[in-house]
Amino acid sequence: MAKCKLTFKTDNCKGCGLCVDVCPKHVLALAEDQINKKGHHPVVAVNPEACIGCAFCATMCPDCIIKVEKGE
Amino acid sequence: MADKVLMKGNEAIAEAAIIAGCRHYFGYPITPQTEIAAYMAKRLPKIGGVFLQAESEVAAINMVYGVASTGTRVMTSSSSPGISLKSEGLSYLAGADLPSLVVNVQRGGPGLGGIQPSQADYFQATKGGGHGDFHMIVLAPSSVQEMAELTVHGFELADKYRMTSMILADGTMGQMMEPVALDALKVGEPVEKPWATTGTKLERVHNIVNSLSLVPEELEELNFARYERYKVIEENEVMYETYRMEDAEICIAAFGIASRVSRNAVDAAREMGIKVGMIRPITLWPFPKKAFKDSLATCKAYISVELSMGQMIEDVMLATEGKAPVTLCNRVGGMIPSPEQVLESIKETAARIGGNN
Amino acid sequence: MVVFDKPHALNDIPFHYCPGCTHGIIHRLVAEVMDELGIEGKAVGIAPVGCSVMAYNYFNCDMIEAAHGRAPAIATGVKRALPDSIVFTYQGDGDLASIGMAETVHAAARNENITVIFVNNAIYGMTGGQMAPTSLPGQVTQTSPYGRDVKQCGFPIRVCEMLATLDGPEYLERVTVNNVKQIRNAKKAIKKAFQNQVEGKGFSLIEVLSTCPTNWGMTPQAALKWIDDKMIPYYPLGVYKDRTAAAAAVEKEEN
Repeated sequence: MAKCKLTFKTDNCKGCGLCVDVCPKHVLALAEDQINKKGHHPVVAVNPEACIGCAFCATMCPDCIIKVEKGE
Repeated sequence: MADKVLMKGNEAIAEAAIIAGCRHYFGYPITPQTEIAAYMAKRLPKIGGVFLQAESEVAAINMVYGVASTGTRVMTSSSSPGISLKSEGLSYLAGADLPSLVVNVQRGGPGLGGIQPSQADYFQATKGGGHGDFHMIVLAPSSVQEMAELTVHGFELADKYRMTSMILADGTMGQMMEPVALDALKVGEPVEKPWATTGTKLERVHNIVNSLSLVPEELEELNFARYERYKVIEENEVMYETYRMEDAEICIAAFGIASRVSRNAVDAAREMGIKVGMIRPITLWPFPKKAFKDSLATCKAYISVELSMGQMIEDVMLATEGKAPVTLCNRVGGMIPSPEQVLESIKETAARIGGNN
Repeated sequence: MVVFDKPHALNDIPFHYCPGCTHGIIHRLVAEVMDELGIEGKAVGIAPVGCSVMAYNYFNCDMIEAAHGRAPAIATGVKRALPDSIVFTYQGDGDLASIGMAETVHAAARNENITVIFVNNAIYGMTGGQMAPTSLPGQVTQTSPYGRDVKQCGFPIRVCEMLATLDGPEYLERVTVNNVKQIRNAKKAIKKAFQNQVEGKGFSLIEVLSTCPTNWGMTPQAALKWIDDKMIPYYPLGVYKDRTAAAAAVEKEEN
């Protein structure tokens, strides 16, 4: 499987978690041990190898903070 | 000598707007100014322009706001109750620093009032026009020729200072027919409008036309800057006419239709040997304060002749700084003071100040 | 290969919306459509009064901030002055269906060649959760604290259905953005609404059922579900008017 890369604008994340719920491969989680500039627990990729690059997370993200790359 | 054509005041405004390059008109029918809309409805489609009868005065002024945002000359016209409806838009136009021309052919009020002439929207036009701190340039024609000239001038001032110019006329001026020399109208060079929302063409940062400013320090700064601009206007754009003022001891203040009536009364009083003259403000804002103040050199009393319960009189009092009495000679509700009524007022005043001598 | 990134027509300023509010998704869809149709450079957007009042900051195209409810009138002015521009309004339910209803109906009736993005979240968000013209019967808001009583304050307004009775509008569709499939569908509708304008077909309005987790008093996840459970039954999704498609169908039948 092609390798996928997720990039987050972490400081713009509001911790709504919609991306976490929509991910079919359970790649994402809200970082309970982190607080971003906005004061939220931001999203992080806890299981990045499982990402299939479907971009459901980015599609669902209301704050447009996720960039998804796939393959080379 | 330019050719003259016989025109109604309302039609002269419409034709002058076209000469000034205005190709967009939005309005809603209301007596006594509907001829402007009717004229535009006939003419604009023939010359590639847009006439649109809006669903309301509120919509019409916002269509004006839209066209003005693109940097295009645009106008609307209405009469008193309709101007009240437009006042929301007038405030937003001021807040967004957009140029536009708005015509108010006044009728008697308040409320639905009547359809006969009035000057009772003086306060609304010169002191307010909507919420917040702002001014409009207010131009008061007293002939059909001036209806045309001030329309062109109004567009030019609006563009120059990025604000609304209002033509404050009345039902009589709108309906009056007089010869007009349209050839005499001079239109200046177009003003650059780099702020206009015409599409970025991906070549510049986006323009935003906006009146919202949530940071109080910034909003204060915008207000300060706007009033600095108003100061320049007050210094440079005041217009008025004086009539037989050289040695006048009594000064009549009158604009629009009231000044026409007063002129006859001044002549009649002069025949009787009363030293009376008239200052006719053409710009009601900026008000010709200095002309009135300077007149104190000879004048001992002032009469404000108005089709209102006394509105401009307050500006005359302010301009003369309480140094001479100012009295009101008025009719309201659609009535116009007669030359005899004004003459009577002059005679009473002459007797009063004569008695003091 | 980039599978997903912020569209060019959206700039880098972070949205001020509450966590989980789907306004941001709708903004992004509009921007993606501008990118795909290559219209950003000639687009002029009109922002409303309400939660999306500052939409003028987020879109990279030229923007105008309107008085409450007046966006369609302003859009009319812009489009009439610049017929080659692409003009859209972005309005909420209070702006479009309450204070600006007259401007909405008449722009539709005139078939103004503009695109209207109507965000219906059944509440006034910016002012803190008051009853909207689209609040559901029984819905608790700050100004209907015992639930919207239709006997006292009337019924919600179904904008697409109402406008569909007019001959004017070209295209009316109701969509939502509460899951990936619906978001894709919403984008298709928004794209068509802009494409219609490019082709000079006239007034297109896309009503987007959107969430307000904060003022609905729910988690963002529960708010997405509330759209399915409560809003869609009252506001069914679908195309309410498509004049071009209807004309094509008639032609097909005749042949």
